[in-house]
Amino acid sequence: MSLSFAEEIKIPKQEWSFKGITGKFDRSSLQRGYQVYTEVCSSCHSMNLLSYRNLGEEGGPEFSLEQVKAIAANFEVTDGPDNDGEMFTRPARPSDKFVSPYPNVKAAMAANGGAYPPDMSVLVKARKGGADYIYAVLTGYTEAPANFELEEGVYYNKYMDGNKIKMSNPLSDDLVSYSDGTKASETQMAKDVTMFLTWAAEPHLESRHKMGFKVIIFLIILTILVYFSMRKLWSRINPEE
Amino acid sequence: MSEQTYTPKSKFGKWFNDRLPLLSLASHLTDYPTPKNLNYWWTFGGILTFCLLSQIITGLVLAMHYVAHADMAFSSIEHIMRDVNYGWLIRYIHSNGASMFFLAVYIHIFRSLFYGSYKSPREIIWILGMIIYLLMMATAFMGYVLPWGQMSFWGATVITNLFSAIPLVGDSITTWLWGGYSVDNPTLTRFFSLHYLFPFLILGLVILHIWALHVPGNNNPIGIDVKKPSKDTVPFHPYITIKDLFALLIFLIIFSGFIFFAPNILGHSDNYIEANPLVTPKHIVPEWYLLPFYAILRSVPDKLGGVVLLFGSIFILMALPWLDSSKVRSSIFRPLNKIFFWVLVIDVLALGYVGAMPAEGLYLLIARVGTVYYFAHFLIILPVLSRIEKTQPLPLSITEPVLTGMPKAEFIKSDKRHV
Repeated sequence: MSLSFAEEIKIPKQEWSFKGITGKFDRSSLQRGYQVYTEVCSSCHSMNLLSYRNLGEEGGPEFSLEQVKAIAANFEVTDGPDNDGEMFTRPARPSDKFVSPYPNVKAAMAANGGAYPPDMSVLVKARKGGADYIYAVLTGYTEAPANFELEEGVYYNKYMDGNKIKMSNPLSDDLVSYSDGTKASETQMAKDVTMFLTWAAEPHLESRHKMGFKVIIFLIILTILVYFSMRKLWSRINPEE
Repeated sequence: MSEQTYTPKSKFGKWFNDRLPLLSLASHLTDYPTPKNLNYWWTFGGILTFCLLSQIITGLVLAMHYVAHADMAFSSIEHIMRDVNYGWLIRYIHSNGASMFFLAVYIHIFRSLFYGSYKSPREIIWILGMIIYLLMMATAFMGYVLPWGQMSFWGATVITNLFSAIPLVGDSITTWLWGGYSVDNPTLTRFFSLHYLFPFLILGLVILHIWALHVPGNNNPIGIDVKKPSKDTVPFHPYITIKDLFALLIFLIIFSGFIFFAPNILGHSDNYIEANPLVTPKHIVPEWYLLPFYAILRSVPDKLGGVVLLFGSIFILMALPWLDSSKVRSSIFRPLNKIFFWVLVIDVLALGYVGAMPAEGLYLLIARVGTVYYFAHFLIILPVLSRIEKTQPLPLSITEPVLTGMPKAEFIKSDKRHV
C-alpha cells in the first residue's frame, strides 16, 4: 500500500511583485509581457475574455489611450451587417475583444496536432500552482532522459504533468526585441508573460489588495473599540472581572 | 419569557401593537433572558445569521448579472469579475462566504454536541438545525454548479448520478433531475432556480429554529437549567448583542483575509476551466465542507451502499437526542463523553482529509475505518456511554460557577445525585 498515487512534481516558487498583502504588478513587466503574448503566444492561444481597452485600465499594463488605440488598430475584426446586409472587416477598436488566432476550437485543434491551445484569459487561476506553474512550464523544457519515450509532436517538459507537452518550447533568447531595452532572455520573457497572464486572470488584484488592507485595518480598530465597550458593559454583571 | 408585560408608551404604538404586536416581539427579543455564563462558542448563532443574510444579499446582486445558460454561464461570471463595478468583491464574498458559512455551522454543531444542546427540551431546535444543514449542503452544491466550470459540471455529474443507485426508479429519477440524459443546460437552469429558492427556505427554518430556542431558552456551558432568571441571566440586549458583535468582527477579519488576499485558496483551480463534457478531470473532488461525506460515500464498494451510508450519516444525527440518553447535558461533567467527543472530531477531520485524496490504498483504509467509527460513535458508543458513564456532580446554579470560575467543590451538592 502506498500513499502516493502519482509522482507529485514540485513546482519551484518564484518571487513575484504581486504576492503579499501590498503586492502590485510591475507595470513595465506587464507591458513587456503583453508584447511577448502578442508576438509569440497569440499565434496559437486566444484570450477571449479580454478587450483591448483593458490594456489601458488602472492596475494593468496602463498603456496610454493612444497606445491602446494603436494596438487595437493592428487587428482586423468582422463587423456588420451594414445597411446593404453585408458583413465587413474593419480595424479593431479598444472596445473590441482580443482577436482569436482561430475561428473556432476545431480549427485550433486541427492546426495543432489535435491539441487545443487553451484560452489564456484565466489560465493562471485554472492551474494548480498559478503563476509559479506557468513560469515553470515555460522554462521547463529540457532534453528528455535517455529511456524516455516521446511520440511525434510531443516534447519533454520537467514540470508538465507526465512530463509530456504538445507545445514546443515557445521561448528562446532574443525572440522579441523589447522596446524598453530590457534584454529579452528566455527567463525574462517567461517572467514578463507570466506577470501579464496573472493580471489578465485577476485584473482587479491591485484594487483588491488596496481595499483589503483598508478593510482589515478598519475592522481591527472597530474590534478593539467594541471589545472595550463590551468589557465596560459586562463589568456591571461581573464587577470583579 | 417576558411577553404580555410590554405596553408601548405612545398612543399610536399601543394602537399598532394591539393589532400587530411587532413592538412586543422587539421587546421580547431585546429582553430575552440569556444565561450569563455563555462562552464564545455560543456566538456562532449570530455569526451564522450574518452569513445567511450576507449570502442572500450578495447572491441577489450576482443574480442580476449572471446568465444561467450552459453557453454563457462561465463567461457571465468572468463578466462579473471584470466589468461589473466591484463585481469581483461581491463574487468573492459570496464564494468565500459559503466556506465561512460552513466553518461557522460546523463549530455551531460541534458546540451543540459537546454541551448537549440537542437534549430535552431542545430536540426540535436540533432537528430544525439538521434540516437547515441539509438544505445548506444542497444549496451550496447547486451554487457550485452555477459557474459551469469543470468541477461544477463533473461534481454535478457525480452527485446526481448517486440517485441512479436507487433500485427500480433510480434511472428515471436521475433523468428527471437532469432534465435530459446528462448534465446539461436544463440541469443548470433548474439548479439556478433552486439555488435562488433554498436560501429563503433556510431563512424560514432559521426563524423557526430561533423561535423554538426562545421557548426553553439557551442551553449554557454547564448545561443546567436557569434557576433564578434575575441572577442567572442577562437581557439579550445589550449584553449578548455586544458579545456577538465582538465575535462577529473577529470572524469578519478572518473572512476578509480570504476575500482580499486568498480568494481562490478554498476553491479548485479546475473550476476556472469552462465545463467540457468530453474531458473528465483527473480527480473530481467536492468543496472542502462536503469532503467527510464524500469519503463515506467512496468507502463503500457498492454504489447503493455508499449512497445509503451517505444519507444515513446525516439522518443518524436527527436521532441523536434519543441515542444519547444521558440526563447530564454538558460534557464538562461527562468525563468519558468528553474524550469520545474529541475522538469524533478527529474522525470527521480524518474523513475530510481522505475525502480529498484518491480512494485507494491507505486512504481507502482510513476512510473505511473512519466511516465505521462514525456510525459506531452514534449507534454504539453514545447509547452505551449514556448508561454506564459516571457523571460528575453538577453545580447548584449558573451563578455560582460564574462567580468562581469553574465549578468548585463547595458549590457542588453534597448528595451523590447525578440528576
